[in-house]
Amino acid sequence: MSGILGKKLGMTSIFDENGQMIPCTIIEAGPCYVTQIKTKEKDGYDAVQLGFDEIKERLVNKPMKGHFKKSGVRPLRLLSEFRNFNGMKLELGAEVKVDLFHQGDTVDVTGRSKGRGFQGVVKRHHFGGVGMTTHGQSDRVRAPGSIGGSSFPSRVFKGMRMAGRMGGDRVTVKNLKVLKVIADSNILIVKGSVPGAINSYLEIVKQG
Amino acid sequence: MDKLKLVEMTQLKSDRPEFGPGDTVNVHVRVVEGDKERIQQFQGVVISKRGSGVNTTFTVRKISDGVGVERVFPLHSPRIAKIERVKEGKVRRAKLYYVRRLAAKAVTQKTSA
Repeated sequence: MSGILGKKLGMTSIFDENGQMIPCTIIEAGPCYVTQIKTKEKDGYDAVQLGFDEIKERLVNKPMKGHFKKSGVRPLRLLSEFRNFNGMKLELGAEVKVDLFHQGDTVDVTGRSKGRGFQGVVKRHHFGGVGMTTHGQSDRVRAPGSIGGSSFPSRVFKGMRMAGRMGGDRVTVKNLKVLKVIADSNILIVKGSVPGAINSYLEIVKQG
Repeated sequence: MDKLKLVEMTQLKSDRPEFGPGDTVNVHVRVVEGDKERIQQFQGVVISKRGSGVNTTFTVRKISDGVGVERVFPLHSPRIAKIERVKEGKVRRAKLYYVRRLAAKAVTQKTSA
């Protein structure tokens, strides 16, 4: 299991070898740099911390500057840990590039879903709404219905699905196929959609 | 967005002729039967062209044995071997969906210069 950090660039279609049109997402993946190596002896678990997206020196505070100095890389915006980096012997400051992946690999992509704001139960939990629009009813179409008994249990159970903030969650889409890797421009093309808005960050983990 | 365009560019076919709604085109479609491949032709009037980049598609309508047949093709599909522009048409609409209601003769009148 190895991975990389990336940025969603958008969606388009490409044609496969049979001439079939395949919807795909274009991801700018890497180059990432190893900013820290965690070991079982020192940290209690094995992991590799990767950094992605270079930023200006003045945007980084002093503690972070020290952290980047230790690994000898330029300041990066995003840091994330990957466990069990496939037994690969990585040095501090080493570059991790998109050529890690090959056409036909399956990957899991994690991102932050688009924020939807305060939403009702129909959109948020796929409720069907209550009743009809006719026969004098006018305000029940998107209502949640009953949320519990009155005499017993005389309270609303915890976790009752109601209206509220929707989106902005950490979402993982599993088993996406890698359609193409363009190493010289750091582009990874996966089949289907991935969570998040354009220009949002993604963690891409290779399976197996 | 530049890198996205870069990917799209590799998918585009440069040998597609310019044509638009009202034109009569002959589309050479690659048909795979088992392990053999042959070319099938589909000639008709273009009644719509939509989308941009790789996602451009066009609709061709013809009358086959008295039955109207429409096919939608992706413009840059590798399954299309060739597109010939047989006749230039002159129309006043971008989408010619109204020709579905017309007789064959009226269609010719509507799309001829």
